[in-house]
Amino acid sequence: MTQETLSDWVRKLRAREISSRELTRLYLDRIERLDADLNSFVTVTAESALEQADAADARLAKGEEAPLLGVPVAQKDIFCTRGVRTACGSRMLDPFVSPYDATVVERMHAAGAVMLGKTNMDEFAMGSSNETSFYGPVRNPWDTARVPGGSSGGSAAAVGARLAPGATGTDTGGSIRQPAAFCGITGLKPTYGRVSRYGMIAFASSLDQGGPMAASAEDCGHMLNAMAGFDERDSTSLERPAEDFTAALDADLTGLRIGLPQEFFGEGLDDGIRAALDEAIRVLRERGAEIREVSLPNSHLSVPAYYVVAPAEASSNLSRFDGVRYGYRCEDPQDLLDLYTRSRGEGFGAEVKRRIMVGTHVLSAGYYDAYYLKAQKVRRVIADDFRRVFADVDLLLGPTTPELPFELGAKSADPVKMYLSDIYTIAANLAGLPAMSLPAGEVQGLPVGLQLIGNYFDEARMIGVAHQFQQETDWHARVPSAFA
Amino acid sequence: MEWETVIGLEIHAQLNTVSKIFSGAPTAYGAEPNRQACPVDLGMPGVLPVLNRGVVERAVMLGLALDAEVAGRSVFARKNYFYPDLPKGYQISQFELPIVASGHLDIELEDGSTKRIGVTRAHLEEDAGKSLHEGFEAMTGIDLNRAGTPLVEIVSEPDLRSAKEAVAYMKKLHSLVRYLDICDGNMQEGSFRCDANVSIRPKGQAEFGTRAELKNLNSFRFVERAINFEIERQIDVIEGGGRVVQETRLYDPDRDETRSMRTKEEANDYRYFPDPDLLPVEVDQDFIEEIRGRLPELPDAKRERFVREYELPEYDAGVLTATREMGDFYEAVVRGCNAPKLAANWVMGEFSAALNRSEVELAEAPVDAGALAGLLARIQDETISGKIAKEVFEAMWNGEGDADSVIEAKGLKQITDTGAIDAIIDEVIANNPKQLEQYKGGKDKLFGFFVGQVMKATQGKANPAQVNERLKERLDQA
Repeated sequence: MTQETLSDWVRKLRAREISSRELTRLYLDRIERLDADLNSFVTVTAESALEQADAADARLAKGEEAPLLGVPVAQKDIFCTRGVRTACGSRMLDPFVSPYDATVVERMHAAGAVMLGKTNMDEFAMGSSNETSFYGPVRNPWDTARVPGGSSGGSAAAVGARLAPGATGTDTGGSIRQPAAFCGITGLKPTYGRVSRYGMIAFASSLDQGGPMAASAEDCGHMLNAMAGFDERDSTSLERPAEDFTAALDADLTGLRIGLPQEFFGEGLDDGIRAALDEAIRVLRERGAEIREVSLPNSHLSVPAYYVVAPAEASSNLSRFDGVRYGYRCEDPQDLLDLYTRSRGEGFGAEVKRRIMVGTHVLSAGYYDAYYLKAQKVRRVIADDFRRVFADVDLLLGPTTPELPFELGAKSADPVKMYLSDIYTIAANLAGLPAMSLPAGEVQGLPVGLQLIGNYFDEARMIGVAHQFQQETDWHARVPSAFA
Repeated sequence: MEWETVIGLEIHAQLNTVSKIFSGAPTAYGAEPNRQACPVDLGMPGVLPVLNRGVVERAVMLGLALDAEVAGRSVFARKNYFYPDLPKGYQISQFELPIVASGHLDIELEDGSTKRIGVTRAHLEEDAGKSLHEGFEAMTGIDLNRAGTPLVEIVSEPDLRSAKEAVAYMKKLHSLVRYLDICDGNMQEGSFRCDANVSIRPKGQAEFGTRAELKNLNSFRFVERAINFEIERQIDVIEGGGRVVQETRLYDPDRDETRSMRTKEEANDYRYFPDPDLLPVEVDQDFIEEIRGRLPELPDAKRERFVREYELPEYDAGVLTATREMGDFYEAVVRGCNAPKLAANWVMGEFSAALNRSEVELAEAPVDAGALAGLLARIQDETISGKIAKEVFEAMWNGEGDADSVIEAKGLKQITDTGAIDAIIDEVIANNPKQLEQYKGGKDKLFGFFVGQVMKATQGKANPAQVNERLKERLDQA
């Protein structure tokens, strides 16, 4: 069963070759048997999953069609789920049971998906290794001594180990793509505004975007069909006609103009990853794509700009966690200040506190112009680079990460080194562009991620190109031997 | 030394939308604590604000009424600070780009002249909740019903020079928001509240003195008293050789004094930045024109029209247009009796006095405009005298029916029959021979005595003009 992708299950469920209950049971068994080595789930909702599966079977029996009818999926624990703990990887929300469903959860439920449980993540999505979680680190299914990436590390590891055919993620600076690359799966960050942020616990509001994580590009298309769409509860949600993200799977790559940003292939890129990308580029060229070098001259400003904007917004977004209304509250507060300082001091982990402090600093009187305003200007400069490049090419291609999955603890002591894990992914968030990571090779038994960055709203084409690549290669179909 | 006072007011008016500024929860006052707070108002994880269009419409109305610039693009920003009744740890407000800027409001001074007061800006923001201290042993209760209630903060230029001017400005603005029907103006419930920035400077000096910000001024009377107290306090400080410090002071109405709350050194750094959850508010010219078309007649225009159309004195027109309801009521009375000056006298006199005495709102008055017009029509057609009309009005106010039934029931119809009046006059003259003799002897003042006797004999129902005329004639003939 590890060979079937989410898309395969969609077909088999429709053909009544398997029931949703049987399928759900299969994945729940795998989670029970195998997740102890990974720690990818923080909550498994076995009972409600089987109830949802039965409901889906009833709908299937009536001949209903819905994008994910009967398909089990996992939700990143950043999405609010009614009646189920929604902790966002933090002690602060460990006691929090959401009174409402996030729009994404609602939409996937309406699309017939069955929720297996909630996946582990870096605390408040702040991290690139899933080591900042209050629930302990997640391990990489390809080598459990290594990290799965972050912040959607639980979702990536779960899909990589085939404990779920698909899972949701969120991506603020690479949090879908980097763990997808590390765990050998396909992950897509849509255009900013495609997927509602309502009920998705905010890290950096102007950068956060939810998206699908699954084995293949086609899987991501099916999931995105369920996840995306205008939501009147999110003012930054885009009002656009409904779209089928699997519409361009049969894309002809002849004449497709693919740009290679030279800045993404410079110093710091692992040689093995470079070699794997060269091979991937050769495959695409053989299929008729035109490959050309392009330049994003300001891409070196992405990481510094990001580490001003994201902490600034986070410092404000996380102010609501104050021990007053819900979540963690310190024992026996002496007065209001004590309630605040100890609840937050004890409830938040070190990386979250670091970013709150940085964010508070860059918004302070006297520093606002030098940091926050300047970073916003840099964002526009970076977006302009992309606009220029997309006048000449249809898609950009490059590595998702500069390095292969690293060992647990290797970077925890050096935040800047950790931040550089996202050096190739952050620019797409700053510009609001859609981007995805897909498996494109193996080095020393570890997966390599290839990143595509598309123009605004170009998800369908991007998925189509990735799908064509996956017709030629089988990297996305490989499963780590311990989980096969 | 002679001192000059400089005052600027910041007025918070609650906008009367049915739902909150960023959520669908209702804004009604007085519900059980936390029953009108949805996940958005509670600042739950993951929730997002969505701007209420009605709030923008009301702000645009205000901007147009203040002859201000309505911004084509305004931006919501986060004002960050921690407080238990502030659920998100920030208040969504407008900072650098408010929706309304550079307006003005003309106020009438006591000497009858008009003064133009600049309005620096008006911006939209959400209200916070309330901390409840009573009934919680060693704890504080939090009621978030008010959290997310839409407010417009209207900031004046420091153009006001006395407590009286400040009150006149505040009253004018209060009248304006109620005319526009964008705020219910209820000061007890906090729907219209005021902070005052007060400073003094030697008369003739151009620079401003150091100001104190006075908080918690939730009635016109408190505004006047707090400012006057503060002016005296600052003069005492300076003349005593001290310096006024920039600080926030709370007015305590029970002790009639202001007390220091916090100084500038302790002031928060609010770390304002544009709220990434909300798009800039775009207001195009078509929208503005559509709103302009819906604006009601504003107080100044109505006052001028009353002077012109009903030939009322400026003073009367001013009183009758102080609120939109009063102006509407007056016009309804005029329509019913066609006697503008008489109607003005009655609405401003007996009617307003009865309202005050009974402590009821205009809308709940037991005598409506039609009933009052019915009464005035009986004065007009001389069925009753003005004096008797007051008695009829009392009865009407007490629920004894309309003017005609009260006149009928109490037999108050005026005696206008000349024969009947002459008969009574003759009787009075016959019964008072001594006074008649003195009158004839030149004591003209006794004419009043005879009038009084006639009116007494008719229980006031005789037409006074007729009594005068007939009495003179009969006395001369006697």
